Amino acid sequence: MDFIKDVINRVTDPTISFTFLLAVFFVIFPPNNLLLRLNRKLGLDKLWTDAGAIIFFGLLTIFMIFGVTSDETFRTVITKPDNVPIVLLLYIVPFLLWVCMKQGLANDARTLNNEKPEEYSDPDDLDSQILVWPDLIYVELIALVLCSVVLIVWGVLLKAPLEEPANIADSPNPSKAPWYFLGLQEMLVYFDPWLAGVVFPTLIIVGLMAIPYIDLNKKGNGYYSFAERKAEISIFLFGWLGLWVYMVILGTFLRGPNWNFFGPFEKWDVHKVLVLNNINLSELFWVKIGNQALPQNILLRELPGFVVVGAYLLIMPALLAKTVLKSYVDKLGLVRYSVFVILLLSMAALPIKMYLRWTLNLKYLIAIPEYFLNV
Amino acid sequence: MRKRQAKRPGIFQQIGQSVGNNVIVRSIFRTGGLPVNWDRRQRMMGVLNNVFLHLHPVRLPKHAVKVKYTWCMGGLSFFTFLVLTITGILLMFYYRPTAEHAYMDMVDIGEQVPLGIMREIHRWGAHLMVLSVWLHMFRVFMTGSYKPPREFNWVVGVILLTLTLLLSFTGYLLPWDQLAIWAITVGTNMGRASPFLGYEGPGATLMQIGDVKLVHPAADAAFVLKAGRFVGEATLLRFYVLHCIGLPFIIMIFMAVHFWRVRKDGGISGPT
Ligand code: HEM
Repeated sequence: MDFIKDVINRVTDPTISFTFLLAVFFVIFPPNNLLLRLNRKLGLDKLWTDAGAIIFFGLLTIFMIFGVTSDETFRTVITKPDNVPIVLLLYIVPFLLWVCMKQGLANDARTLNNEKPEEYSDPDDLDSQILVWPDLIYVELIALVLCSVVLIVWGVLLKAPLEEPANIADSPNPSKAPWYFLGLQEMLVYFDPWLAGVVFPTLIIVGLMAIPYIDLNKKGNGYYSFAERKAEISIFLFGWLGLWVYMVILGTFLRGPNWNFFGPFEKWDVHKVLVLNNINLSELFWVKIGNQALPQNILLRELPGFVVVGAYLLIMPALLAKTVLKSYVDKLGLVRYSVFVILLLSMAALPIKMYLRWTLNLKYLIAIPEYFLNV
Repeated sequence: MRKRQAKRPGIFQQIGQSVGNNVIVRSIFRTGGLPVNWDRRQRMMGVLNNVFLHLHPVRLPKHAVKVKYTWCMGGLSFFTFLVLTITGILLMFYYRPTAEHAYMDMVDIGEQVPLGIMREIHRWGAHLMVLSVWLHMFRVFMTGSYKPPREFNWVVGVILLTLTLLLSFTGYLLPWDQLAIWAITVGTNMGRASPFLGYEGPGATLMQIGDVKLVHPAADAAFVLKAGRFVGEATLLRFYVLHCIGLPFIIMIFMAVHFWRVRKDGGISGPT
């Protein structure tokens, strides 16, 4: 028993769980034909069958029941009233994903056979049209009644929490942002607030808004599909599930005092100390590798960082344009391609920074605290 | 349908029919008759004649009403918004946004107010709204419904998502307990780091005319959010006004545009 818990505590650590996620994600949601073939060879499309769903949700439920019945910490975190939405999320998101993919694969098969998607109905055929009264109104009425019932039952069963009165002199540990912002708080581990709290949220909003103007693929409009929009779906799901939802779950269940990581079966110990000896790229470059003192001149000191960041934002797009993303430049044109690739690289910056931290203990690529410019 | 009309109406249907055709009822519901007896024309008129129902078209392709297509998530987002408006108004009767009263009013709402589950419904409803808006976005993406001609409505949707999060965030402070004040402290402190606009942000030192600093701890983005250097009573009032009036007002405008555009862009998306 304790052995199982110990293993789970270890593998949920972001260094392992995120690496696992990264390794399997693009095989489960293949962005190109090569990975799609690998996906089919491994039989991963079976995930989206009824059996796949039953096995997945069965395992998830067994895990939850095991955790809640056998472990105090797990039970406290899972049953906290404000965590209910995230427990819901654990079930709803995979379920809806399954709903999408199942219908998507079915439609893909129809397209291969030159059939119209399942959703299609002939606009001229009056029989395929239905009247809003009563058919839609019934659906809406049922949905409305169901939701009201759910909310009322939820409200009767769980009291809205109220903690001690506000006290600006006494900060709780950990003090967590509301759950839907935990992704931002998690980014604070790897980036300074000006990036994690201001620039990235802006880029997320702008990036979401830009989707319809960047994605010029005409196919897959108005029905579920996968094969026709592999890359779009893969990228979007990576950002939304792989980063955002993952970080919300991590932040809710696995981040304790001092924002340290705690496994699902690990007691939240305020005194847990993690030795942090993070260093900046400048120190790594001049002191560790070059064996000399840090230069006085700020610009010279941070030169390695400027080179790396500059290369990432300026040379990388050009490089990608010549290689992996070549077809995109032709399809999108230069302006769209530039916006697309900058957004893509910003998204990739998070996992990259995570791994730089885990492997090299890297704190900042560019560190100019004098001007609050740390990257 | 035709068969049913040919049958002689039963006693309840006769009563219903005469209620439906009563002068007063007729003056309120323009279509008249008993809805279960409506023929095709009346069914269409019933939708067109009603200001609420006419948000809908009268006819739809079959797939558009299937739960497995839309998951009802847009509708659920709107429904939770309505629930939040109603319970929010009720809560406003009992809640005073001052450092002196806010917390105790919260306690009283739970303990003294009869049928006191308004706060619960408001709070869980807020969670549900954030969740359903996310999932709605997820659905819209997965059916490719942001593609032409619906690009702009997707943009409006992203604005709605942002506003939903802001609504939830401003409401988070109002209970005035430890959870509230510290979550908002963590959140608003990020404003200090805004490039150029926060006093700890990159470029802030450039915002200077001669010797006069334009951005400093008492004049920066975080200060504007908090109406002070720390989260305090002024912050509470600011968040209260935004939460109860400012943001709901703005989100309703964008919702109106959103619904209008769903119709104008050709109704629910579908394959052609
Ligand atoms: C307060 C938030 C929102 C409300 C109340 C709302 C409401 C609705 C409703 C009722 C529909 C009709 C179809 C359906 O139920 O799925 C709809 C469609 C749509 N929504 Fe939203 N929505 C919201 C947020 C969003 C967001 C965050 C996005 C995307 C980022 C979005 C994009 C769209 C688009 C593109 C359509 C057309 C879909 C189609 O034709 O299939 N909406 N919305």
